Amino acid sequence: MKAATATAAHIPHSKIAEELGRASYWREVGHRLLRDRLTMVCLSILGLMVLAIIFAPLLSPYDPLQGSMIRRLKPVGTPGHWLGTDELGRDMFARLLYGGRLSWFVGITPVAVAFVIGGGLGITAGFFGGWVNMMIMRTTDVFYAFPSVLLAVAISGALGPGIDNALIAMTLVFIPMMIRVSESVTASTRNLDYVEAARSTGAGALTVVRIHVLPNVLGPIFVYATTLVSVSMILASGLSFVGLGVKPPEPEWGLMLNTLRTAIYTQPLLATLPGVSIFITSICFNLASDGLRTAMDVRA
Amino acid sequence: MFFYIIRRVLYAIPIALAVSLVCFMLVHIAPGDPISAILPPDASAETVAMVRKDYGLDKPLPVQFELWLAHVVQGDFGLSLANRRPVLDELKAAAGQTFLLASTAAVLGFVIGCVLGGIAGVFRGTLADRMAVGFAVAGISVPHYWLGMVFVIIFSVVLGWLPAIGSGPGEWAWNWVHIRHLILPAVTLAVIPAGLVTRTVRGVVVEILSQDFITTLRGKGLRTMMLAVHVIKNAAPTSIAVMGLQLGYLMGGSILVETVFAWPGTGMLLNQAIFQRDIPVLQGTTLVLAMIFVTLNLTVDLVQTALDPRMRRA
Repeated sequence: MKAATATAAHIPHSKIAEELGRASYWREVGHRLLRDRLTMVCLSILGLMVLAIIFAPLLSPYDPLQGSMIRRLKPVGTPGHWLGTDELGRDMFARLLYGGRLSWFVGITPVAVAFVIGGGLGITAGFFGGWVNMMIMRTTDVFYAFPSVLLAVAISGALGPGIDNALIAMTLVFIPMMIRVSESVTASTRNLDYVEAARSTGAGALTVVRIHVLPNVLGPIFVYATTLVSVSMILASGLSFVGLGVKPPEPEWGLMLNTLRTAIYTQPLLATLPGVSIFITSICFNLASDGLRTAMDVRA
Repeated sequence: MFFYIIRRVLYAIPIALAVSLVCFMLVHIAPGDPISAILPPDASAETVAMVRKDYGLDKPLPVQFELWLAHVVQGDFGLSLANRRPVLDELKAAAGQTFLLASTAAVLGFVIGCVLGGIAGVFRGTLADRMAVGFAVAGISVPHYWLGMVFVIIFSVVLGWLPAIGSGPGEWAWNWVHIRHLILPAVTLAVIPAGLVTRTVRGVVVEILSQDFITTLRGKGLRTMMLAVHVIKNAAPTSIAVMGLQLGYLMGGSILVETVFAWPGTGMLLNQAIFQRDIPVLQGTTLVLAMIFVTLNLTVDLVQTALDPRMRRA
C-alpha cells in the first residue's frame, strides 16, 4: 500500500493529463464540426474571404488607390469594373478586396490581444482569488460601467484618428470582457476535486495552472473570444465610419461606406457594397462561433 | 432586501468616481499639452493662465482630478472649443434627443424580441422558431450604420415615404411631422436589442417550459392562457434586465446611427467633437452618457431584485 502511494506521487503531472485522452476530445470536436453543415458553410465563406484578400493582386488588376476623374461612380456591372467604381473613380472590387485586409486586421487584432492579456489576467484572478482577484475584478467593473461603443469612441476620439489608436481603444474595450469570462470559468475549476488532489500531492501553483486549469478553461475562453470577433469587426468599421480609425485614402469597409454615403442618390446599390461585406463577415463569424460552441460542448 | 439595496447603492459610488476618473483622463491621453486640448489655439495669454490656475494644471494629477470634479459636480463641463458655448448647454438638448431615440428603439426592440422569442420558445423546432432564430442572428450581426443607409435608400430615396435626415423642424413635438423623422433611426437602432431579446426570451421560455412545475400545472388541467401567465412571470426578470442594459447601450452606442441620420443627439455631438478635435465636448458627453449607464445598471439590478426574490440571496 505504501509503495503504491509512492509510485502515484512520482508520476509527473503531465503524464496524468495525457492519459485523460485530450487528443480524442479534439478529434470528436472536429467530427462534430464537420457534420454541422451551417458552420462548415460559414467557415468556408470566411476561408474564401481570407484567400481573396491575401491574393488580392491576382484577382484584380486595379490599384485600389488609383482613381480616374472620368470614370467616377460607374454602376455595378460596368465592363472592366464589374462592381463599379467609387466616388473618385477607383475600382470597387479592388477596393473591397484590399479593404478586407484592413477591416479583418483591425477587427481581429484587438480580440487576439485581449484574449492573451484579458485571458491571462482573468485566469490569474480566478485562480488566486483573494486580493489579487479583488484588484483585477474591481478595475474590470469600472470599464464595464461604460457602454462598449462609447468607451471605444471616447478613447480613440481623445487619442485622435489613426489605426493604432483605434486598435488601442478596441483592445481596452475587449480586455475587461475577456477578464470576466476567464475569471468565472477559472474560479469554477479551482475547487474541482482533481485540482484539489493535484495541490495536495504537492504540485506548485504554476504546474496546477498549466496542467489542470489551462486545458479546461482555454476552450471556453477561446469560444468566447470567437463570439467577440463579429462585434469587433462591426465596431472597427464603425470607428472608421465616424472618422476614427483608418484614414483616407486607405481602403477599409467602414470608411468606404462613409465616403460613399453621398452616392446613395445616384448609385444606391454601389454605396451599400462595403456594408454587405461587413455583414457577411460578421454573420459568418457569429454562426461559426455558435457552431464551435456546440461542437466543443461549452455552456454559455 | 433593505440591506441589499443599501449595499448596491453604496457600491455604485466608487464606480461612479472611477468612471469620472477615466473621463478625466481623456484630456490627458489626448496628444499634446492638456491646455491645448481644452482651450482653442487662439486663446489669449490671460485666459490660458486663468484656466491653468483654475484647473490646477501645474499641480499633480490627483489635485487636478479633485479640482476638475468640483467643476463637474456643479455642472461646469468647460466650454466647447468649436463654438465657445458651455458644454452643458449643448449636452442638455442633445441628451434629450438621444433619450427619445434610444427609448423608442428600446421599446420597439423589446416588443419585437418578446413576441418573436416567445413564439420561438413555445414552438421550438418549427419553421417559425428557425425564422426567429435567424432574425436574431442577423439582428446581432448586422452593421446597423449600414442597415440605416439601406433603409434610407429604400424608404427615402426610392419610395420617398420618410425623411432621410434630422429630427424635424424646430423643437421636438409629438406630431406626425416629427414622428416621421423618428421612424427610420428608431427602427434601425431597435434591430440589435430585438435580436438580443429574441435570443434571451427564447432561451428563458424553453428553460421554463421544461421545468417540473409546468408539467404539474398542465397535469392539474391548467389552460394554456393561465400557463402563459406563469411563463411570463418567470421570464420577466431576465428579459427586463436585458432590456434595461440595452437602453444604456443604445444611448451610448447611438453615435453610428445618429451619424447616418444626422439625428441631433449626443452621438451627433460626439461625431462633431471628433471632427473638430473638441475634447471638452467629447469628455462631457462621455461622462454624462457613462453616468446614465451606471444609474441604469443600478436601477436594473434593484428592479430585478424586487421582481425576483431568488436574486436576493445571491
